[in-house]
Amino acid sequence: MSDVIEDIEIRLLLEALHQRYHYDFRHYAQASVRRRLRQARHQLGFANFSAMQEALLHDEAMLPRLLGYLTVQVSEMFRDPSYFRAIREKVVPHLRTYPSLKVWIAGCSGGEELYSYAILFREEGLEERTLFYATDISQDALETAGRGIYALDRIARFTENHRASGGKSSLSDYYTTAYGAAAFDKSLRERVVFSDHSLVTDAVFAEMQLISCRNVMIYFDRMLQDRAIGLFKDSLVRGGFLGLGSKESIRFSGHAGAFGDFVRAEKIYQRRDP
Amino acid sequence: MSGDRPRAVVIGASAGAIQALTEILPALSAEFALPILVVVHVPADRENILAPLFEKKCRLAVREAEDKEPAEPGTVYFAPSGYHLLVESDGTLSLSSDEPVMHSRPAIDVLFESAADAFGPALVGVVLTGANADGAAGLKAIADAGGTAVVEDPAGAYADAMPLAALRLCPDARVIKRGEIAEFLMRLAA
Repeated sequence: MSDVIEDIEIRLLLEALHQRYHYDFRHYAQASVRRRLRQARHQLGFANFSAMQEALLHDEAMLPRLLGYLTVQVSEMFRDPSYFRAIREKVVPHLRTYPSLKVWIAGCSGGEELYSYAILFREEGLEERTLFYATDISQDALETAGRGIYALDRIARFTENHRASGGKSSLSDYYTTAYGAAAFDKSLRERVVFSDHSLVTDAVFAEMQLISCRNVMIYFDRMLQDRAIGLFKDSLVRGGFLGLGSKESIRFSGHAGAFGDFVRAEKIYQRRDP
Repeated sequence: MSGDRPRAVVIGASAGAIQALTEILPALSAEFALPILVVVHVPADRENILAPLFEKKCRLAVREAEDKEPAEPGTVYFAPSGYHLLVESDGTLSLSSDEPVMHSRPAIDVLFESAADAFGPALVGVVLTGANADGAAGLKAIADAGGTAVVEDPAGAYADAMPLAALRLCPDARVIKRGEIAEFLMRLAA
């Protein structure tokens, strides 16, 4: 069994993080949290989690450092190209029927998925009528997403994904390279609102036609997953779309009945009429 | 070896994995009563072919692991490509999209370390063929928690780097020829 003392310390640390700073990781899937916290403890040089907790409570500078470990996620542009192909071929025709669109990228992390959508919407001629909301709990992630600069060695993969997703232009049309990095065109984020928002503690803030929240809920326990799906349900217009990660599902949620499968294999759901 | 009756088996394999697993998983009898969690390094953009492939060959149930599902006895779970597979303390499975470990997602270390936390001494970890060092730290975590550490005999392995790396960190691990691992597991689980 995992060290009993370590278990207690981790629970107390998460409690301290919640009470002091209102970041709530208490209902995240614990195996992954434990792994990330061990990494943080090791790299920040604390002898144990109690020492880390003391530093967190008394030194605000510890917060962003710890959050950096707890919220790190690795995505790529057009991750799972077949998902974006389904958005393009199946969802976009429905979106065309709306005079204006609101799209929420929930848990936008470093922005890879946001730029994927921005490019796809431009290619499909929907960009002008769309407002994107890109939210995350991590200020660092929001800043990274706002910059839209990615290491050059990741671009080959992004390009391959974009092409496989049915991209109608060349990805290189959207970035310039300098100093080993690719900077995506700032016009892609002219219609983006970046905002600090927590699926764990925050509420509905707008009515959306499309919500994409991929590989965020796998970090949640069932209770939190249920809360997030309820939030998505209440944020979507009737007939609006919800896209999840390939290994995520609304199957176990109490809100499952509010959605129908739209593209089952790609975990794209449609909000039913109430 | 510990006196605790094992509650789960974890297996990690890389280069040469399919041949090695083909000698092990189909040889397990239908009565094998433990969950078996398997990480094989496969490229992230590849279709998940492992579960369908072994389902045809095995007497045990074979599935791709799903997030938040309990690990059922007598069932083989493969980590899906592009995701880490972890075990929660209540024995349910979790997937994560965390950064690759040693260039791999899924990574063997991630599964082994979380399983060592969840099952402690009641765990068997097996490192098979592979051309990297993934699994070594995880196997050490299993041994440190009192579990049973097994390494495929590097002499007969398709790629010996992974078994050798595991033995460097875990010198007391049992070294077993590939063809005898299934029998060893069945004896432990009996």
